Order: sequence, then C-alpha cells, then structure tokens
Amino acid sequence: MSRSIIRLLTCGSVDDGKSTLIGRLLVETDSVPHDTVKAAQSVRRSGSTIPAGEIDFSLLTDGLEAEREQGITIDVAYRSMSLLNGKRLIIADAPGHEQYTRNMAVAASRADISLVLLDASRGIRPQTLRHLTICSLMGVARVIIVINKLDAVGYDQKVFETLKNDLTPSIERLGIKDYSFIPLSALHGDNVVYRSDAAAWYSGPTLLEHIQNWEGGVAKEKAPAHMGIQMISRAENFRGLSGTVLNGEFKVGDEVVVLPSKREAKVARLVTFDGDLEVAAHSQSITMVLEPDVDATRGDSIELKSGFTLPETRYTATLVWLGESELIHSRSYFFISGSTQVTGMVTSIRHKLNINTGEHVSARTLAMNEIGEVEIALDTPLAVNNYSNSRETGNFIIVDRVTMNTVAAGMVAHPLRRSQNVTEHHYEITSQMRASQKGQSAKVIWLTGLSGSGKSTIANALEKKLFSLGVHSYILDGDNLRLGLNKDLGFTREDRAENVRRVSEVAHAMADAGLVVIVALVSPFKADRDQARALFNADEFFEVWVETSAEICAERDPKGLYKKAAKGEIPNLTGIGQDYEAPESAELILDGTEEINANVERLIKVIL
Amino acid sequence: MRSSTAILKELEDESIEIFRETAAAFRKPVLLYSIGKDSAVLLHLARKAFYPAPVPFPLLHVDTTWKFKEMLTFRDEIAQRYGLNLLVHTNQEGVRDKITPFTTGISEYIRVMKTVALRQALDQHGFDAAIGGSRRDEERSRAKERIFSVREPGHRWDPRQQRPELWRTYNPKLSDGQTMRIFPLSDWTELDVWQYILENDVPVNPLYFAKERPVVYRGDQMIMVDDDRYQLRDGEEAVMRMIRFRTLGCYPITAGVDSTATTLQEILDEITEVKLSERATRLMDGEKEDSMEKKKVEGYF
Repeated sequence: MSRSIIRLLTCGSVDDGKSTLIGRLLVETDSVPHDTVKAAQSVRRSGSTIPAGEIDFSLLTDGLEAEREQGITIDVAYRSMSLLNGKRLIIADAPGHEQYTRNMAVAASRADISLVLLDASRGIRPQTLRHLTICSLMGVARVIIVINKLDAVGYDQKVFETLKNDLTPSIERLGIKDYSFIPLSALHGDNVVYRSDAAAWYSGPTLLEHIQNWEGGVAKEKAPAHMGIQMISRAENFRGLSGTVLNGEFKVGDEVVVLPSKREAKVARLVTFDGDLEVAAHSQSITMVLEPDVDATRGDSIELKSGFTLPETRYTATLVWLGESELIHSRSYFFISGSTQVTGMVTSIRHKLNINTGEHVSARTLAMNEIGEVEIALDTPLAVNNYSNSRETGNFIIVDRVTMNTVAAGMVAHPLRRSQNVTEHHYEITSQMRASQKGQSAKVIWLTGLSGSGKSTIANALEKKLFSLGVHSYILDGDNLRLGLNKDLGFTREDRAENVRRVSEVAHAMADAGLVVIVALVSPFKADRDQARALFNADEFFEVWVETSAEICAERDPKGLYKKAAKGEIPNLTGIGQDYEAPESAELILDGTEEINANVERLIKVIL
Repeated sequence: MRSSTAILKELEDESIEIFRETAAAFRKPVLLYSIGKDSAVLLHLARKAFYPAPVPFPLLHVDTTWKFKEMLTFRDEIAQRYGLNLLVHTNQEGVRDKITPFTTGISEYIRVMKTVALRQALDQHGFDAAIGGSRRDEERSRAKERIFSVREPGHRWDPRQQRPELWRTYNPKLSDGQTMRIFPLSDWTELDVWQYILENDVPVNPLYFAKERPVVYRGDQMIMVDDDRYQLRDGEEAVMRMIRFRTLGCYPITAGVDSTATTLQEILDEITEVKLSERATRLMDGEKEDSMEKKKVEGYF
C-alpha cells in the first residue's frame, strides 16, 4: 500500500532561487489562491528587481514579518499542494543561513523526497555537500539535485554534465541510493512543470514528473510491527490500549508482547470509531484490546511475539544538536521516543562530523548545529530500532530537564550489548537494616554554594557534632575528591556535571551503607543537583544552600582562587567566569556569615 | 482537485494520534470550539480518537456577544447531542467598556473580545493545553506554526523561540508558566475539511449553505444584518441576497459570498472552482499585511 501524502524538502538558500522554484511549482499547478497570487504581483520587497505586474514567486513562500524584513526566512514552513495524480505533496521549506543544519534536520526528518538546489552559474558550494549529508543522515529516500539558473549559463549542457560528474562521487560516498539531476530555470519555468525548449538536449522527467513518479512511501521498514501505547482507553466494561501502528501490521489473534515487561497476550480486538478491524496496518491509529488484559501503561509498546525488539538501556546514536546551550555529557536529560519518555544521559562523544568535509573530529561537547556520534545510557530500558531499519521507531529527541526545550534529535545506530551483561543483584540486608543497626537513618546533606561560602567549615563542624552524638557519618569534600576519584576532571560545565554525578553515586553507596553523608561541593548547576537528588528517596536527601555573597567569598578567598580569577588565570570560577544557579527548592538555606554553631544547630534540627 | 479518501484517512490517523498524545500528556487540556467547520471536524476527530470512551476534556467557546444567532443555537445543540462539557466565556470588562466592532476599530475589538477573552478563560480554568483548529494553509504565519506550539507566560507566542519538531515525536513538556497550543489539523487544507465533512456526515452550521439573507454592502463586501444592533447608514436598508459564508465569526465583520450552494457537494464544487483564500472574507485580516502574526504573538489562536 503506497502512501497518498508525499513529503518534500527543499534545500538551498534564497540565492539559489529556492523560493522562486517553490512559488512557481505552486502557481503552475494552480495550488495558490488567486488573491494571494495577485498580492505577489503588487507587493515588492525592497531591492526587488522584478518588474511591477509580474509575479514575485518568492513572496508566496516566505513567512514571518521580521524575516521578510531581512529578506530571508529562518525557520521551517509547510505548504500543501495537490499533485496531478491525486496524491498530496506537503512541502517543508527550511531556508536560512543561520541555524541551517538545525532547520534542515527538522524538515528532513519526515521528508520522502529532497530537492537539493544548485546555482548553475556558481557551481558546487560547501553548502551542497552539507545538504546532501543531512539528507543521507536523516534517511530521505529520494534526492533530486536541481541545477537551477540554467538561463544564466545559456542553457549550456556542458555546465550541467560537469556539475553532475563532479557531484556524483560524493553522493555515492554518502550512500544515497535514489538520486537524479534535473537542469532547470525556476525564473523562466524550464523543466519545473513544463518541458524546456531552451534545454531541449535534456530528455529526462520534469521536476513535477519526477516527484509524481515516486512510488515509494511503502513502509519498507525492516523493523518489527510496533504500536507505542499512547493512552489507556477506559469506558464501561471496556479497557483498550490506544496507539498508532508502525512498521508492519497487527491482526486479530496475533500473539504479542508488551514491552519492556515482555508480558504475553493475544490481540482480541482492533477497535476504531468506524468499527472493529481484522488487520491494522502501518500508520493506522487504533485501540487494541488484549486477552488476557495484561498490565500495560502509556509509554509501553506492543510487538509481535514472533519477533520483537529487545529493550535496552545503552545505545550508540547520531545526534543533531539543536539546543542553544551545548551538550553536557553525564547530565541527565529526558529522552522521548514516540510516547515513551525516559531519563538518561550521553556518556561519551565518539566524534563529531565536519559537515563540509565529512571528516570525523574528536569532540568534548556538541554545540548547536553540530552532529556527533555518541553513546547514551538510559535509566529505563527502551525498545527502539536502528534508524536505518525504521525511521519511525529508530528516532528520539532529547529534552532539557529545566527549560523543557528540545535540544537534540537522535537516530539510533545500534544497541550496546554490554548493558545486557550487567544485572542488578538484590541483596537481603537493606539500607534501612544497616542504618538501624547503628541506631540512625541514612541521610545525605548536600551543601552547595560558591567557593569560600563556608561549606567545608560547616561540614567539619557538623560532623564533629554528629560524632559526639554517636552518629556514624562521612564527608565527601569536592576538593579532596578531585585529588583522587575525580582528578581527571576539570571545571567546564560537562566536567562539573560528571563530578556531581560521581559524587552523588558515591554518596548513594554510602547512604546505602546506612551512613549520614555530608557533601560539600560547589555544584553550581541546578540540573546536576536535581539529578543527584533523583537518586534518593524524598526523606533521605537534603539540599542545603550555603548562601554567602560573592563579595564576601572573594574577600575571604581561602584558596586564593578569586585573586587568580581576577588575573584571568582561572576561566571557570563559579560566580566569576561561570554562573551559579541558586537552588529553588533547597530544604534549608544557611547564611554563610552566621556564627558556625547556630548553623550547625539549624542543620541538626532538620536532620535528626 | 478533490482530496482522495486515502489522503483523508492518513490525515485522520495523524490527527487522532495528536489528540491522544494531548489527552495523555497534559494535566488539563481544553478544546477551543469556535462553532465553524474546522471546529466541527476537530470535534468529530476527538470523538473518534477516544471512542468508545467519551471526549475527555471540555470545549471552550469564546463568545464575543456578536456571533451569528445561528451559531449559538447550533453550538448548544451539538453540546447536548454529544453530551459534551461546554464552557462559554465572554470578556465582561469588554462588555462593560462597550467594546463593539463599531466603537473601537476592528483590531482593538478583536484584541479585547477575542484575544484577551481567550487568555482570561485559559487562566481562569488553569488549562495547560488548548487544542485549536488552525491549519497551515490558512495564512502565511500559520505555515510556520508547530503542531505542539509552546506559549510563554502570558500566552505570548515567540516565533523565534519555537521548539524544533521532528518526525512524529512530539515534546509535550512545559516549564513553569508555559502552556501549549496544539493544532491537530495543521496539515489539512480547506478542501480536505469539506471533503471530510461530506464523507463522514459531520454536522455543520447552516450559515455555510446558501440562502436568502438580509445584507448591506461595506466596500465590495456583503455583511449580513443579523440583528438590530447593526449600525446602518442613514437611509440604508438591508437587501435580500442569496449568500453563504466561507468562514464564521462575528457577524458585523464576516463577509458573505454570492452562492447558490445549498448542499455539501455544491459547496465542494464551488470552492474547487473559486480560487480565493478563505480568510479574504474576514474583514479583520485585511487591515495590514501580517496582522495575523501580530495577533498570534499577543496570544490569539
């Protein structure tokens, strides 16, 4: 069954005549309301050389006001048109000079066909390779290389053939299978919808024909039939699992498993408003009733028992970084795949891709518009496929836990089998048992604040007090740990995130041993502290902000750090070169200039 | 060209998926019901998405007090027929300040009675997600709209800070003060909507069908005199004309078109032939290029 809606991506900038090309395609297929065409005949942008009364095709596709003032569009816009064979074409236009990779990746993520525009008079440019790389990366099925502005080179066949020969090796190297070249003039309408007389030497299809003759759209997915559970549908005497079928099909009577639990059941009904189905195919939204009605929840998925995806926690993946702030490895992010949302982190960056040359470059982070191959570790097993086998079930997005912005697009390369070989053992003596043997309960006191705010001093006084009360405790001091466990880490955002992660894991082990753990660590970033907190039960973890003004800390300067920072010797000192994100939900705020015993008393009251 | 049944089915499946994602991922969603054809399709899709369970969220209608009488009758009938929880909100401050389409200029009237009213209603009920029937083919600034579109505190839309939206993997997460607008009909066209209404027997408002109606002329636009609040010019009298409406809104600022289409099939024939953007019949949009974008930034749908 082929799809009726085809999605097209157009790559290129204003200079390549892209807006003009789309505008002409729309007008010549009668896809634009006539009053809109009329407006494009009368409105002119400043500097336009198009004679009054003629259609400025580019005006039909540019969008927002601010962008039109600059004469460029900088986001993704969508437009629908009917093809002459009855199918629907949805054009995603991802123009713009800045944030190019980001916008194009967004538009390419759903595109079946991609138009890569080239200005015949200017030849192959770095951006051409960039466009082709992203098309290949995002799995666009058909790539059409449009050699535009042929009028500017006198419709010279040699120009066309040279460009074609020069570009073909790169396309082959990128593994793009279905590609072709079309010589064209968007301005004069040659080979867009109508065949060109001026370039009569070209006998291949016009652009419209080549889009229309695409017979893909069949889900040639090499991954198991899959239905992510979006919600549980409950009505009188009814409980069903609602979701969209992907990759393959489900039939009544099929033996299925719920993932990740691997509970088994049979498909009893495939319910829709328009009546029950015997078979539900790719992209159909249905409600499945299972027999027996096994436990399943939003975020779980259903696959056939005869061949299903093993849920894993560790994968390698390709990321396109979309966020304004860069990737921080070892920081916890949300990973969303379909309706499944888990937490996890990027544990290492294998390399990043130089998108202009195709080279692999070593990297410690990924900034906006950068593409990298990474390893990820999820806190909960997730059933996803390799992106090359299924775009639909092989993708995920990464969401920042504080801003909730989508910061990366991910494409699964393959699972890292090593996670399967690690199994958590459950021992019989529990944390509570160990703690009560000592007559105490396990706690973590997490002191955060600027360098020089008094964390270590307070930790020391608190431990002395606890010791005198017979409480078994231990101090994890940031500086001391950097002499051993963390001596490979620096002070960048990423290293600080990893520092916090390691310290919180050690604190977790110690709390599990039944101790009262006192952590004295600058830990300037909220996301990192939240991640630490997430390891513990609500009554175990106490975030304590030692609030001392930056001026007083600099005056105290017990380690001479502020003086060095003032001389420019330390770039990342918190409060000087890096921000301190004040806690919003600390259990306790201590005034670092207060008399030490008063602060210890306040802590003791909260802890015991 | 007609939208094939296969195209409609693909669009329907995708919209249903969006509805389910909304119902499951948000604390308190609401469906913005404007009584027009897009709302009619939206509601029909919602009923399909959750079947056999009922639609799990209320409908909200922002009543400017200037809607066509037939719209309100129809609204109440539909709510009753399908057992829906219908909420109606009017900006009472606007009523008190006597803001009408005749007193303040159309854009100020829209701002107070529609945009501000909508913000009031969303805040008052604490809705974190509002589902609307906007389509990308309606207007240029809508063409760049996301399906899950974040609004900053105060319901402001920042077109430069839109979240990237990839595949069909939606990000429904909100940070403090943010809300979400959701557009399940993003990929639909006007023709799809009518074709779908025809194929699925979706009830739509009688104002969409041609009938003799009392009209006056404002420029070359025909305005229906729906009640005696309409300010006629000296000596002016309404004349009866066979018209219908392509979009529905506040009657003094929604122009009718000459038409003989009295069935869905005839409406379809008509819009396949007349190639005019549908918002051309709204007086409000013609005020200035990009007026829709400005309204959206302020919190309009």
